[in-house]
Amino acid sequence: MIKSILIFNNHGKPRLIRFYQYFAEEMQQQIIRETFHLVSKRDDNVCNFLEGGSLIGGSDDKLIYRHYATLYFVFCVDSSESELGILDLIQVFVETLDKCFENVCELDLIFHMDKVHYILQEVVMGGMVLETNMNEIVAQVELQNRMEKSEVSPSATLKDHASVLTSNITVFISLVADLRIAAHISDVASDPNRSDVAVDVVETTDQSELSRPSS
Amino acid sequence: MALKIVKGSIDRMFDKNLQDLVRGIRNHKEDEAKYISTCIDEIKQELKQDNIAVKANAVCKLTYLQMLGYDVSWAAFNIVEVMSSSKFTYKRIGYLAASQCFHESTDVIMLTTNQIRKDLSSPNQYDTGVALTGLSCFVTPDLARDLANDIMTLMSHTKPYIRKKAVLIMYKVFLKYPESLRPAFPRLKEKLEDPDPGVQSAAVNVICELARRNPKNYLSLAPLFFKLMTSSTNNWVLIKIIKLFGALTPLEPRLGKKLIEPLTNLIHSTSAMSLLYECVNTVIAVLISLSSGMPNHSASIQLCVQKLRILIEDSDQNLKYLGLLAMSKILKTHPKSVQSHKDLILQCLDDKDESIRLRALDLLYGMVSKKNLMEIVKKLMLHVDKAEGTTYRDELLTKIIDICSQSNYQYITNFEWYISILVELTRLEGTRHGHLIASQMLDVAIRVKAIRVFAVAQMATLLDNAHLMTGNVQRKGICEVLYAAAWICGEFSEHLDNPMQTLEAMLRPKVATLPGHIQAVYVQNAAKLFATVLKNQEGNTEGTAAQETSQLMIDRLPLFVQSANLEVQERASCILQLVKYIQKLQQKDVEVAEEVIALFAGELNPVAPKAQKKVPIPEGLDLDAWINEPPSESESEDEQPKAIFAKEETKHSRPRHTEVDEKELARRREVRKQEQASNPFYIKASPSSQKVYQEAPGVDHIPVVQIDLSVPLKVPGLPMSDQYVKLEEERRQKDRADKKKKEKKKRKEKRSGRGKKHDSGPESEEDITPAHMVDIVTEEMPENALPSDDDDKDPNDPHKALDIDLDKPLADSEKLPVRSHRAAEPLKSPAEDGDAESAASQEPKKKSSKEKREKKKDKDRDRKKSKDEKKKKKHRHEEKGEDLLGSQADEPVVQSEETSEVAAPPASNTAEVSDLDFWLSNAPVPSNTQEAATLPAAVAAPVPETPSGTAPDSEPDEPKDTEPEETDKKSSKHKKKKQKKEKKEEKEKKKKKKHHHHHRHSDGGAEESVQNGTVEEEEEEPLPPMSNYCLLAENSYIKMMMEDADQENDIQGNLQDGSQVVVSVIFENKCDSFLKSMEFNVLDSLNSKLQRAEGSGPHDGLTVPFQLPPVVSNEARFVFTVQSIVMPQKLKGTLTFIVKNEDSSTHEKLDFKLHFTCSSYLITTPCYSDAFAKLLESGDLKCSSVKLEGVIMPFHHLLARICFHHHFSVVERVDSCASMYSRSIQGHHVCLLVKTVSEPVKLEISYNQLLCLKKKKKKKKSVLSDCDLDFSLSVPLPPSLFRQ
Repeated sequence: MIKSILIFNNHGKPRLIRFYQYFAEEMQQQIIRETFHLVSKRDDNVCNFLEGGSLIGGSDDKLIYRHYATLYFVFCVDSSESELGILDLIQVFVETLDKCFENVCELDLIFHMDKVHYILQEVVMGGMVLETNMNEIVAQVELQNRMEKSEVSPSATLKDHASVLTSNITVFISLVADLRIAAHISDVASDPNRSDVAVDVVETTDQSELSRPSS
Repeated sequence: MALKIVKGSIDRMFDKNLQDLVRGIRNHKEDEAKYISTCIDEIKQELKQDNIAVKANAVCKLTYLQMLGYDVSWAAFNIVEVMSSSKFTYKRIGYLAASQCFHESTDVIMLTTNQIRKDLSSPNQYDTGVALTGLSCFVTPDLARDLANDIMTLMSHTKPYIRKKAVLIMYKVFLKYPESLRPAFPRLKEKLEDPDPGVQSAAVNVICELARRNPKNYLSLAPLFFKLMTSSTNNWVLIKIIKLFGALTPLEPRLGKKLIEPLTNLIHSTSAMSLLYECVNTVIAVLISLSSGMPNHSASIQLCVQKLRILIEDSDQNLKYLGLLAMSKILKTHPKSVQSHKDLILQCLDDKDESIRLRALDLLYGMVSKKNLMEIVKKLMLHVDKAEGTTYRDELLTKIIDICSQSNYQYITNFEWYISILVELTRLEGTRHGHLIASQMLDVAIRVKAIRVFAVAQMATLLDNAHLMTGNVQRKGICEVLYAAAWICGEFSEHLDNPMQTLEAMLRPKVATLPGHIQAVYVQNAAKLFATVLKNQEGNTEGTAAQETSQLMIDRLPLFVQSANLEVQERASCILQLVKYIQKLQQKDVEVAEEVIALFAGELNPVAPKAQKKVPIPEGLDLDAWINEPPSESESEDEQPKAIFAKEETKHSRPRHTEVDEKELARRREVRKQEQASNPFYIKASPSSQKVYQEAPGVDHIPVVQIDLSVPLKVPGLPMSDQYVKLEEERRQKDRADKKKKEKKKRKEKRSGRGKKHDSGPESEEDITPAHMVDIVTEEMPENALPSDDDDKDPNDPHKALDIDLDKPLADSEKLPVRSHRAAEPLKSPAEDGDAESAASQEPKKKSSKEKREKKKDKDRDRKKSKDEKKKKKHRHEEKGEDLLGSQADEPVVQSEETSEVAAPPASNTAEVSDLDFWLSNAPVPSNTQEAATLPAAVAAPVPETPSGTAPDSEPDEPKDTEPEETDKKSSKHKKKKQKKEKKEEKEKKKKKKHHHHHRHSDGGAEESVQNGTVEEEEEEPLPPMSNYCLLAENSYIKMMMEDADQENDIQGNLQDGSQVVVSVIFENKCDSFLKSMEFNVLDSLNSKLQRAEGSGPHDGLTVPFQLPPVVSNEARFVFTVQSIVMPQKLKGTLTFIVKNEDSSTHEKLDFKLHFTCSSYLITTPCYSDAFAKLLESGDLKCSSVKLEGVIMPFHHLLARICFHHHFSVVERVDSCASMYSRSIQGHHVCLLVKTVSEPVKLEISYNQLLCLKKKKKKKKSVLSDCDLDFSLSVPLPPSLFRQ
């Protein structure tokens, strides 16, 4: 059984956590900290197995991890899992991420934690390995994404907004004065890591304009 | 109004989504908490909106915040709302959030049951998938119970995507709801052969996980897994299976033998390191289980060790690590083969990787010998000095102690060296293991008498330099050593050179800073020392000196009397008064030393650690009983202070009385150790960076030592262990030289004699003699100690509940609860309306499909109602259970129907076990085994498909179930010939099927019953006066005796009739009432049927044609039709009858089991020796033999028994050798050669192609066992079935 899967960066910031047994949030954070502490002080050229930390599991457990650039992928497993097998699994998982995100980097994981979870769900379920064939995993993830797209077609929400916008332009203007929107825009615009923010905003307006004639 | 809506939607448009939230948090690094709290406020607003999209967005953000450590359980209800959205997008968000933050005590979970059920049966596979994934994370016992059946149905879903998820989640369901394991298991097993590799791998995964915890229940699956192992190419599956075999082999060594060959093949052929490693691991497990060193196994060991060496030498650290890990497993059983790689392992000790060093340390444990112990420990000591980080150093410390103390100090030749090592270890800063060193010191000092002088001297020095250890509070861990030092000095004070000095050292004011329990020991042992000092001084006739000593005690002890620690206080004041009294006596010039010494006289014996546990509880002692009744509530306040006191007491329970007897003292020491281990405040001193001992480099940090020394100080009198190593070397050389001399002499004396055995190696172990003859006192155990060394399993282990015998047939009460409605009732409990709809009960399976349809229609029915029904159903189950016990008999007819459902599974447990045996005893030829494997696999599925609510498509055996019923009806019409033909055809068909569809496991259920189906006859024979009658069942009213079908009379007729067996039953009335209306009924299995009267249904009983007056017995005969005589079989049956006495009559019933063994199908047929010889020559017979040991009876007696019980006839007998012959009712020849070779009777058995024989193991020990062969007739199986 896999007890937990943790992804955190070189500074110990969690990027994805998945526990297959219940821990309170506080405990989860403690486990992340401890695991980070254990893993981060290890050189890159030492082995990838670590006898369990004190917080999670018993003596039966092992931490098996891989370090990719800025991210640590840590799997805590018990003795029923093959050590080398889990290492392979981590590789499969990361390669899958790479396929799904196209050249995955830490930012993808930061901003799309939910998507990473959905991908992980196709690899491991309830602590047991569900699928190891990368093509199969990718296929399932894509199918689900397609389904999501078909459900939430861009028109569905944006059209609403657009129609509202056209007919109530005054309200819109009055609301722009509203601090909340201003704050929101500043949030969005001041992110140094995402220069594409501006594009985001533009896109939104673009789309609403496009949908105007249809409404 | 409109404006409000507009405003709402615009707000929504600018709601933060997850990306915005993340961005926001990244932009507010300095006031993240504040920012997040405003975000949470926003989220709360969003959750209040009706729009599901907004809610989903909010929940998505919450999931992110949860990862950051924020408790989001307050939104649990909103999460459920989002889960129940009809859109996949939102549903997925909801389930993700739920899987991240729901747990068993989340109360809204119970609201989700229906939603999840709906999602599970959704036509969209991804809705189902997402629900399964979510459920796998938060399944609770309630959910598991309510949904088990739905999930089980999904295991046969058309989409493999759903199937594999359903299979995996079953493991979680089993954990939460163990009752579901048995009903679900057959289907799970089916999935092992699913066409989709993903599903197959999932099933392997689940079964491996189950089997790892309770391997013995899964032994019967070994053949199936074996087949998978030889056929699968998926490394994942292979690894899992191989790991599973590793868990199974310890239970069944024969399995290991079978495995070795394919595993070694894999080792040679595979290129995948992970697979190779697991193979090696399992081979090791096999070799461990086959403890006997068979020659060809040493090759396997060599192969393993070789491969591991390659791994260890690999530059990949991972492989190195795993290689060492596996090596340590070999070490336990084959230390020799590992020892040859000592160089490699010592090399790993220097590895930069701590994990690898730790593994290498583990291995060292087994590498030591008398010869190299000192060398290895020296190396370790170097590492101790070099090691950074306390964990590794602590690990080293424990390893050193482990290595040295292993198997009762077996490898230590010089205890002085060991003591000095221990003393050196006390220099370790910040170690947690002070108590470990202390206990070693105590142990050695107590058990090795010769070392006491030396130990005491060392300990005295330690005490003298105690300030080095007590300097820092953080050194608490190590000051435990002082406890040992003080005790040793006190207890063995007669060996001290200068007791006075030690006494003074122990009474220094500094001591008051030590932990309480150590102070207490100081005080106590100061008293012992005092006694010794007095004795010395009085002997020297210096009265004044003695008085001075008393004065010293009187001066110093008040310090301890003031101690905050009760224990110290009590002892100190006690001893203080004692000394004062002594002083008074001294002033009167009375010699007191002898009397004071007497206080502490007596030798101490070590007590085994488990001694206390093993003291048997005296009869009549109930520790749980109240001595005094517990006080009432009102008194509790008065009790309070006492309780506190008691607590305080237990914390520091140590010898309290001066004259405690020695055993008590030692035992309490044990107790103390245990307490220390469990007391978090006790040993867990935080590591200090302060270096205290002079020898350590950072001398200037030592607070106590004022002088700044550039040269390391040597503690006076503290010996260096190295010096002992040298001494020891010298001594050994000298020894060797001496020996050689001696030997030379000896050789001269007797040249012709062969050289001494131990002379072979230049430095064999035996050559090294211990420095002094060490008397290692063995630990004492209480008299009549309990031998059990039971490992205590964790009672909270969830896997304990899964220790379920999966081979037992499924009982009615074990069906999974199905959410169903009244319409489905008849299926579940035919008792309710079975009379009216007897047809319904005959076709339960069809009904179940109907029920299914109905269920779908009514799915949206309100939940409460179904719950109520469930309860009712449960109740009914219970009732039924009682019925089966035979205590109630209101509706006899219906009852029999019920039992018929319950006992339907035809395969008996023994049949299965023997099948596994058969498989295991098979020659390990791969092709052969594969074929053979399918059969037991099929048989291993005795549990019928869970009858309730299973999908119709999952019942491939449905038509076959009805088939035998039809034949049964025909048989009852006595169309025997026709029937026979039909049966033969059927049988042939099935045989063919079997040949062609080995792999189609799905029809295993049906086939298995065909094979199992056996001719029936009674076997269990009674005692020496040979009689075929045996007890069948008995209660207070009636006794049923069963006679083996008369071989003389009926079988001839039977032969013509194909396969019929007549069973005679004697009914004996035991009570004084009249018994009448007896009805005899047996549950038909697929091919063993009771012949019933014309026109009666398959569940009707046969009326016994007589009544029984009190204490009368009569005999009735019953005819059974049999299709296949392949295997022994048990049939369940019921006898119902009316007990009538003067005033009343009651309906009673009695359950029994008919046991038919294969030898019952043999007919005593005379055979002449020439015909016999021809038969043997013909070559049609296959041969096999078995040896029986412990046969006590005379040979002729044995023959008589075989003839009588197993229906053989003797063809020829020469001395203690006889050939015997018999025929089965289907015309198979069985030849038997019985030989006695001194004691063990050897049975050599030949038989024709269609017949196999088997020895039943469990019967072996019974009185008659020696000849109690269990003959099993088996269709196309290879020979060589015998095993011991």
